[in-house]
Parts: sequence; structure tokens; C-alpha cells
Amino acid sequence: MDIYKKSITELSELLNKKILSSVEMANYFIKRINSFDSKLNSFITVDEEHSKKQALYADSLIAKKQNTFLTGIPIAHKDLFSTKNILTTCGSKMLENYIPPFDATIVCKLNNAGMVTIGKTNMDEFAMGSSSESSYFGSVQNPWNIVKVPGGSSGGSASAVAARLTPVATGSDTGGSIRQPASFCGLTGLKPTYGSVSRYGMIAYASSLDQCGPIAKNAEDCALIFDEIKGYDHNDITSNHEVKQEKINLQISKDEVKKITIGIPKEYFSKDLDKNISDVIFQAVEIFKKLGFKFQEISLPQHNLTIPAYYIIASAEASSNLSRYDGIKFGHRCNNPKNLEDLYLRTRKEGFGREVKKRIMIGAYALSAGYYDEYYMRALKIRRLIRDNFISAFDKVDYIFAPTSPSTAFNIGEKTSNALEMYLSDIYTTPVNLAGLPAASIPVGFNDSLPVGMQIIGNYFSEEKILQIANIFQKETDWHLKIPKEFDNE
Amino acid sequence: MSSWETVIGLEIHCQLLTKSKIFSSSSTAYGKEPNEQASYVDLGMPGTLPVLNQGVIKKAVQFGLAINSKISKKSIFARKNYFYPDLPKNYQISQLDHPIVQGGYIEISGSENSIKKINITRAHLEEDAGKSIHSSENNCTFIDLNRAGTPLLEIVSEPEISNAKEAVLYMKKIHNIVTYLKISDGNMQEGSFRCDANVSVRKMGEKKLGTRTELKNINSFKFVEKAINYEIERQINLLEEGKKIIQETRLYDETKGVTKSMRSKEEANDYRYFPDPDLLPIEIDENYIIDIKKMMPDLPDKKEKEYKTNYEFNNEQINILLSDIEITKFIDQVLKISKVNAKKIVNYFISSIYIKINKENLCFSQNMISAEDFCTVIESIENKIVSKSYLKKIIDDIWSNKNPVKDVIVNLSSNHEIDDEKINTLIKITIQENKKQVEEYKSGKTKIIGFFVGKILKKVDGVDPSEIKNKIIKILDSI
Repeated sequence: MDIYKKSITELSELLNKKILSSVEMANYFIKRINSFDSKLNSFITVDEEHSKKQALYADSLIAKKQNTFLTGIPIAHKDLFSTKNILTTCGSKMLENYIPPFDATIVCKLNNAGMVTIGKTNMDEFAMGSSSESSYFGSVQNPWNIVKVPGGSSGGSASAVAARLTPVATGSDTGGSIRQPASFCGLTGLKPTYGSVSRYGMIAYASSLDQCGPIAKNAEDCALIFDEIKGYDHNDITSNHEVKQEKINLQISKDEVKKITIGIPKEYFSKDLDKNISDVIFQAVEIFKKLGFKFQEISLPQHNLTIPAYYIIASAEASSNLSRYDGIKFGHRCNNPKNLEDLYLRTRKEGFGREVKKRIMIGAYALSAGYYDEYYMRALKIRRLIRDNFISAFDKVDYIFAPTSPSTAFNIGEKTSNALEMYLSDIYTTPVNLAGLPAASIPVGFNDSLPVGMQIIGNYFSEEKILQIANIFQKETDWHLKIPKEFDNE
Repeated sequence: MSSWETVIGLEIHCQLLTKSKIFSSSSTAYGKEPNEQASYVDLGMPGTLPVLNQGVIKKAVQFGLAINSKISKKSIFARKNYFYPDLPKNYQISQLDHPIVQGGYIEISGSENSIKKINITRAHLEEDAGKSIHSSENNCTFIDLNRAGTPLLEIVSEPEISNAKEAVLYMKKIHNIVTYLKISDGNMQEGSFRCDANVSVRKMGEKKLGTRTELKNINSFKFVEKAINYEIERQINLLEEGKKIIQETRLYDETKGVTKSMRSKEEANDYRYFPDPDLLPIEIDENYIIDIKKMMPDLPDKKEKEYKTNYEFNNEQINILLSDIEITKFIDQVLKISKVNAKKIVNYFISSIYIKINKENLCFSQNMISAEDFCTVIESIENKIVSKSYLKKIIDDIWSNKNPVKDVIVNLSSNHEIDDEKINTLIKITIQENKKQVEEYKSGKTKIIGFFVGKILKKVDGVDPSEIKNKIIKILDSI
């Protein structure tokens, strides 16, 4: 039946027609995880018992015809979403033993829709990374080529969906952590507008940038998940009332398409970008042109300031957000502390990995007396410039196309010793977070047998249009249907 | 000593009277079992987020208006980062650059009825920390997070206070404002109202401020005065010996009456303040402020002047009337509708309802007597429909049995007045029967008078104990 290939809509049909029960479907994917994940390390936790309970509940809803579109569909959550009674590690030794007593808002919403959590996916420690190599639970492999990274920080989610170990997964995106792994793994990922989705229960990295969203096989599945998780949450006052309540309609008419102008930022296609990737993207642009979209070159002049501003702001917030891990209330605690200072020092020394410590130090430094104005304040000013760049660009064009990453998936270990090179791999994704805009990454082709992703960046709360544009492209192309060979069997 | 001048600035931490905490829905009630009132948010569990309790904004605005301040149209929460076990997130949500209340002043009465203005720099909102309970017995520290997240208003004065007495007057004035407006319960024993004092001394006439020390967490008016006086003397002694003051935090030891060094500022934290990205700025529009202004009652200062000029109440009476805004409202209502002389009204009130409430440890909001009923009662007494000696009995009857005031008065007015002669006879008999106690009285133990009053009250109903007391004294003194 090739269940693993099926989209959410197709799986939902199997359930509704009673061809398969939710329990059988959950077992099917758990079996795939058991047979394939030893090659990928994309899961930290697989909870068969819990998923069985949820699947039984889903079956009862289907029997009573009280099901939604998502009822009974398996999903994997990035291991930074709090899941009640299920280990939530954030990829860190610090939370190796942490079992949350409550569900994150988005987990709660998806549970209420009847989805079945089959596991928690691996990730860069505390979401700090672009390769999923900084996880305490080992690095994640890319199903397209297991010597390559799957991207990060939501690398486990991307790797698992790409290998079809789960139909869909959640991710979080602070500087590209949904879009870049989606791009490296040939998937569709949506980073919503800041405030579209509640952050409550999502373990914070950088609060003013963090936003969660789906990593899926196509735009349609992204829309289904986004519809369920979006909306104001009284537990997160940075969540926004402006997000549309209505379900997304993916249909877009020819007339509407003709009215859309898409901007190509010249700074994004400079010589820093691999020529092969740029070629693949322009082939996709040709398809969009044939569909009727108009294109125009634009400029985002402050582009070169993005990376320093991003790493200062994100690290500053992280240095404070991660203070709570002190060995007193939850998580790792060092053995036999001699005194309070010893407890703090050893707990944090043992509990945090290298990358996390580095960013805590960068952040604490940027906020410290005498350096605040020079670093943190200046980074905030740059952030505003970058946002203004986008706002004036959206006066001229409706959407912006951009590469997701300057390269395709790189080798495991290739960039771990060169932090700057690693940080630069976020150069096209971080500006979107700094501006708080929505963007999707969609697969647009291959280079050297590795997937290439392209970003569709839109104005605030334009998720519906972004997904329409992605969807119309996916109706014309089959890049999103490609499955890595090794995993393309039952 | 006179060649030295003292400069004091106070930081008052005042817990706001809200049902739930500033950023979570946990209760703020005092005295629960440890950690019973600590929610996931209060514990700083990963992924939790603060949600501002709108009630605290109203209280802060009320306070700002009461001290003639400018209310910030936009104020911002910032994180103050430092590690401490009873601070669950290891940062405190507070305000730095844009506090909700900026500027303002109050007036205190200085020596010889002069008025001194003390400027208030700012007042900002923040969350309280939990409590660390150190146990030497087990050689460990327990953490109670019930208090963590209780809303605080930190009120910072300019360094314009010149001595310990003024500091106490300032603190009492602020205490009076916040309790009168129900911004805080002001309970100092439970830590709802506490202060840090920054104290320095300098040579008289010197412009530059001396090195200051900070006295932390003083929670009574008495200790504020004692701690500051001790600290002034300590600093002057050091300086006169040619030594230097170290800028440091000191704690007042209540039992020994001395201040002790806690930590020096040299090892002070760099708090790495920055705007809290989890919270939106507080935006207050003019109409909101206007609405609160409209609802604001007259402040104690204004009422005091009114009571003095219009009714000539004495200070003791005024203190009682202004001790609780509910009392002020009650009395104002009675003064408005009753024809009885104002001073008499206040005396009737104090000797009946006020005493009852104090005796039974109630608060005035529990008062069961309406202003209208109270007027009827005191007018019936004034018009001699019923004896003054029945005042308390009438009040008790209306209060506990919810009997209509008219019925109560009619019932008692049919009773004859207890005649004086009869009572005098009763007193004389009692005195004869208790010779030992009479001797004690004669030897100076005047408190024994209560014994006789008790005996008489057991035998007769509806008499005023203070009247009986006077009669007994008169008879005892005549023998």
C-alpha cells in the first residue's frame, strides 16, 4: 500500500474508510522507526505505550464520527516541546531526565485534534546549531546521504520525515531551524509569522525569535498542521490576535497569480552562493514565470549585518533563558555539591555542551555593563534596519524568493571546528526571524544528489498565500515526492 | 556630632494587594504550606511564560496619582539577571529604564509643624522572590516559592531625608497612602511592606555625597529608626577616627540593635538588565488614567485638613477616621445625613462600632451597621428616647441579630432608666463585701477597679461600664 508515501489527506482517507485503524497506522510508523532509525538517529524517544493510548482514543473518535482531518495521524515532536509525562530533553544532558508535567500549547492542540505522538525527535542542544551535531544524544544523519548532516536545529524532525518514519513533524525556527533542515532533506517547512503560534511549553532558546511550525512532505500537510496550531494563546501574550481564524484555502486562481510580483534580492544571489544552487533556483523561477508570476529584482541592503546582529540578540536572550538550569528544581544536578557555587558551576559545566556554553558566554558578554550599548543595543538597531529593509521591499513586491541555505547538506564534522562558517550557513534564514516574517522552504531540485531548498518569504500573517504559492508549484513539479532510495521501501 | 550631616534615601518594597501573582494565576495568600502556591510558571519550568496580571497596573497608576507623579504612557519590563536559589528563573522580572511611575513627591510634617517635601524618583513593578530557609540543624537550605511572583511596587525616594525620624515619617506616609487606597495590605510582619535605606554622612556644608551603605530588608518603623541611627553613629565614628566607609550592604540585627556587613559592593553583581522579550510593553492611554483619577477618593492629607478646619476633630480622632478608607466613607456619610454635632458623632462611633471591631479583631469592611441605622441610633440617644448607656447593646443587637433598628430602640426605650440611687447602693454593698480588694485599691493598685466594675455589670443590664467605673472610683475615694 506504500503507506509511508502518503500525505496526511491520503492517510486520513485510509482511516475514514476503515482500511487501516489508527493503532495499525501508529504501529506501522513505529515499526519503520525501529527498522530504519539506527541509521539516522532522528529520534530521542519513541513512546509506544503512549502512542497506542492516543491511537485507541483516535479510533474511538473515528468510530463515533467525532474525528477531525488530523485524527489518528501520527506526528513526531521536536524534543523541545513539553509533552506531559514524556521525556523532553531539548537535546541536552541538562534535561536528560526531565519529564514535563504539562503539554506545550501546540502539543495540546494537536492532541485535541486526535493526532498520535509517536516520538520526540533529535535536535541541536537547546536548538543551538545548524547541523544537529550538537545534540547530547549524538548527531543526526541525512537520509539522502548518511555522511551528511540533515541541517539543524530541527534535524531529527527533518530526517525522520524525509525517511518517511513519520508523516509529519513539528519543528522550531529561531534563525532557520525549520527551513534549513527542510531544505537539506528535500521537505516543505513553514516558519510562521512571529506571534502566529503560541510558544507556551516550547523550551526557549531566544524568545523574541523562536517560532514553531511544521516540517512536512508538502505545502498541503504544512497547511493542515499550521491551521491546527495557529492562534492567540492566553498563556503567551506575544502570540497575536491578528492571525486568521479561518482554515487555509490552498486554491489560487490564474487571475490572482497574474497580480503577484515576486522580488529577487540581489544581495542573496551574490558570489557567496553556490552557483549550482543559484541555477537550480532560477530553473524553479522559470516554472513560476510560466505559471504567470511576475519577477523583479530588489535590494535588501543591510543583509551583510544580519549574522552578527542575530548571534548577539539570540545569544543574549539565551544567556538569560538558560539561567534556570541550576540543578535546584529540575534537570541535571552534579553529585555532592560542596556549596552553592560548586552546585551551580559543576551542574552547568556538566549539563551543557560546548555550543551552548559558548552562546551563554557570548550573550552574557554582550549584555554586561560597558558592552551593552556597543553590542546588544547596536544589534537591536540593526534588527530594526533589517525589518525596515523588508517593509520597503514589500512596498514594491508581494513576496520574496531566496535561497534557504548557501549550500546543500554538508558533511558531518565539516563545520564543527569553524564556528563562523557554521553561523554563515544561516545567512539567508536569520533575517526573516529578525524581522518576524513568515517564510516557507520548499524543495526545488537537486544538486549532486542532494536536495536544494528555496524560501518563499511573505509579509506579516501571509502564511496562506505563501502556502498557496508553494502548493501551485508542487502541483507542477515532483521534487517534493522524491524519497531517498534507502528508505523508499516498506 | 553637629558638624555632620546625614543623607538618606529609601527604597520601599510594597506588595500589591492582588488575588493572584503578577505573572501567574497562583494565589498570593500568605501562610500556606511551603510551595503550595507555586505554579509551573512560578517554578520557572522550561517553556513557561509570564502573563501580566492587569490588576497591578491599576494599583501602580493609583499610587502614581496619589504622589503627584507622571504616569508613563509606555513602560517596559526588564530582566535582572542574578543567580539565587529562591529566584527560580535566576532572573527577576523588574523595570529599569522605563518604570511605570516617574517622579512625584509627598509631604511630611517636620519639626515645629513645618512641611517638608520629599521627592520620589520612581516607582516600578517587579516580582518578589521566594524564601530561603536555612537550617543549621540539617546543614541545608529549604526553598519556599509561595512568595515568588508576588507583585511588588518598589518606591524609590530621592536622597532628601535628613534623619531617622524623617525616614520614619516618610515611610509612615507612604504606608498610609498604600493601605488607605488598598494598594497594599501594608502588613509589615508578613513582609508586605519593607524597606532598604541608603545612608551616608558628610561634613555640614559639603556638596559631595559621602560613601553610602545600604541597610537591607527592614520591616518595622521602629527598626528603621534604630537601624538608621545606629548606622549614622557608626559612620561618624569611623570618619572621626580618620577611617573610610566601605560601600556595602548591611543587615540590621534586631536583637543586638546593630548593623552587620552582608556583602561589599565590590563583589556586586552585574545584573545584565535587558528588556524581557516574553512581555509586551505596558501601554496606558490617557483615558485609562482619567478614569482612575475620577474614581480616586480624597487622600488622607486632604481629609485631615478638612476634618481639622470643618469639625475641629483632634489628632487621635483623625488618626482613627483615616486608618481605613471604609471608616472615612462611613463617617462622611453619617456627617452628611445626621443633625447630631460632629464631634459627638465621632465619639459615639469610636465608643461603639470602632471598639467592637477592634475588640473582635475584624476589619471595617465587615461592619454590619449602615450609616443610616447608626444615625437613627445616635439621634434617638440625643433626643433622650433611649439611654446613652444602651448604645453598645443596641449596636450589638442590630449587628448580631439583624433586628430592625426601630424595633431595638422601641424595646429599650420602654425600659426605665436604671436609677442612680439603686446603682450607688449596689456599689456600696459590693465594696462592703470585698474588703480585701478595697485595701488593695487604697494601697495604690488602681487596676483592681476592674474587679468591682465586673461585679456590678453582672447584676445590672444596659449600663455604660465607663460610667460605672467613675461612680465606683468616686465612692471608693470617699471612704
